[in-house]
Amino acid sequence: MTSLPEPQAIKLGLVIDLDICVGCHACVVNCKEWNTSGYGAPLADENAYGADPSGSWLNRVHSYEVTSEETDISRTVHFPKSCLHCEDAPCVTVCPTGASYKRAEDGIVLVNEDWCIGCGLCAWSCPYGAREMDPAEQVMKKCTLCVDRIYNENLPEEDRQPACVRTCPTNARHFGDLGDPNSEVSLLVAARGGMDLMPEQQTKPVNQYLPPRARPQPEDTASLVAMAEAAQPTGFWKWVDSTLDKISGGA
Amino acid sequence: MFPAFSIIFFTVMSGFGFGLAALVASGLIEMTNPFDYILVLGTILAFSGAGLISSTFHLGHPERAWRALTQWRSSWLSREGVLAIITLDAVCGWFAYDYFVGPPALWANVIVVLLALATIYCTAMIYASLRTVAKWYNPLTPLCYLAFGIATGLLGLAALNEMIGGTSDHLVAYASLALLGAWIAKLIWWRMGKDSGSTRETATGLGALGTVRPLMPPHTSENYLQKEMGFQIGRKHADTIRIIALIIGAAAPLAILSYLPVTAITMTLAFGLAMAGLFFERWLFFAEAKHVVMLYYR
Repeated sequence: MTSLPEPQAIKLGLVIDLDICVGCHACVVNCKEWNTSGYGAPLADENAYGADPSGSWLNRVHSYEVTSEETDISRTVHFPKSCLHCEDAPCVTVCPTGASYKRAEDGIVLVNEDWCIGCGLCAWSCPYGAREMDPAEQVMKKCTLCVDRIYNENLPEEDRQPACVRTCPTNARHFGDLGDPNSEVSLLVAARGGMDLMPEQQTKPVNQYLPPRARPQPEDTASLVAMAEAAQPTGFWKWVDSTLDKISGGA
Repeated sequence: MFPAFSIIFFTVMSGFGFGLAALVASGLIEMTNPFDYILVLGTILAFSGAGLISSTFHLGHPERAWRALTQWRSSWLSREGVLAIITLDAVCGWFAYDYFVGPPALWANVIVVLLALATIYCTAMIYASLRTVAKWYNPLTPLCYLAFGIATGLLGLAALNEMIGGTSDHLVAYASLALLGAWIAKLIWWRMGKDSGSTRETATGLGALGTVRPLMPPHTSENYLQKEMGFQIGRKHADTIRIIALIIGAAAPLAILSYLPVTAITMTLAFGLAMAGLFFERWLFFAEAKHVVMLYYR
């Protein structure tokens, strides 16, 4: 049923730390590795080494440059993006078949691939580009929050989290219950001012993004040059300096 | 948005088919012999049926299309499918009653008219309900669909009426007004919905830090999102397509209605031109629509 469930207590989702992410794409690769052999049909990877590769991926990492209007100093922000498992998920309600649904028990948004007719309307309704039609299977693919890992008792306990979170070498990704105000992820969101993407689209995303922390900025890069020039030479370079002074002074 | 031809064809053809059904049930045409009934009902079924079948062509799994009839509680696409089938059944019933028994009661006429108009409304709402496409997310979107459905319906009705030997002067007057009104609504619609309210800054949440520009793309070749939401060809030629649509779909049929004698041939010509113009209008409807997801890419 593609009507949304009543809001539930448990809201599983991701918290992504934009301060830490280095844009290595390990989460993207491990996501594809796990999910191509896990839930549903394999993720297409056609003509992978050719001129025009195509395929479906559930997670993509953008990189942006953000320039402060006041200081004109810019910084690079790496930006992983996957399904945000929205509370008011438009991709669920537009689905004509009931294939796209939001689980009542934990809020995960999934696609029943046996029912999907591949009309693409859910992808049109998603502001985040979180859904991609699989070019080989012709069904809609999206992040499952690794539903086949997080409850999987055949895996060691430390592996019962989404593949992207488990693999992140910088610990920029966190998984937990954002419906519980005392969970680790909720405390992190509260401490760091976690934010919704495109709140004006009124999707109420569960996934939260932690903004990059403020960095101390040198007021004037020219001062660094002055600092270097003012430094007094020592050792060998002190001898060279004084010798050259004598030569030029003596000439 | 990518203008799939099957979807353009579907919205134009079924818009006319259901518009015609609503007008016939309003009692605007008098059918007397079996040929009249077959011609008018056949036209309704051919156009709306061709549109509905065409709409399954862009599906990844058309063999599962029947499942699209199940989620009418939440999905406009599902509602459209369900209502189209109910309406076509009701239209067939209406024709059978009218032929075998006599003119149906007023309430039956009203039900068929409302069902047909509701079907067109649902077609439009598939698009008008998407907040992600500012151009479509607009109450005028269903109004335009309804207006074009009725206008082409009246043109088709005039042509059919001439073919079965009726007099169509009143229909010509209605059709001229409806076509003019529909295109005025469209001209207003074209000027609306330019701002989604979303920016690169709200999309990334990084607005508090400054202005955002893409530095490195997430992938090296086009993916589904670019192909589906980033379609450019229509946008590049938008003004040309708009002028073609207005000449073929508005000016030419209105000139025929105003200056040429009312015959089966002139009315069919006016109808055909209006439909052809609508194909260009509908192409623009898709091609010009910008999806907010592209903010992440440009």
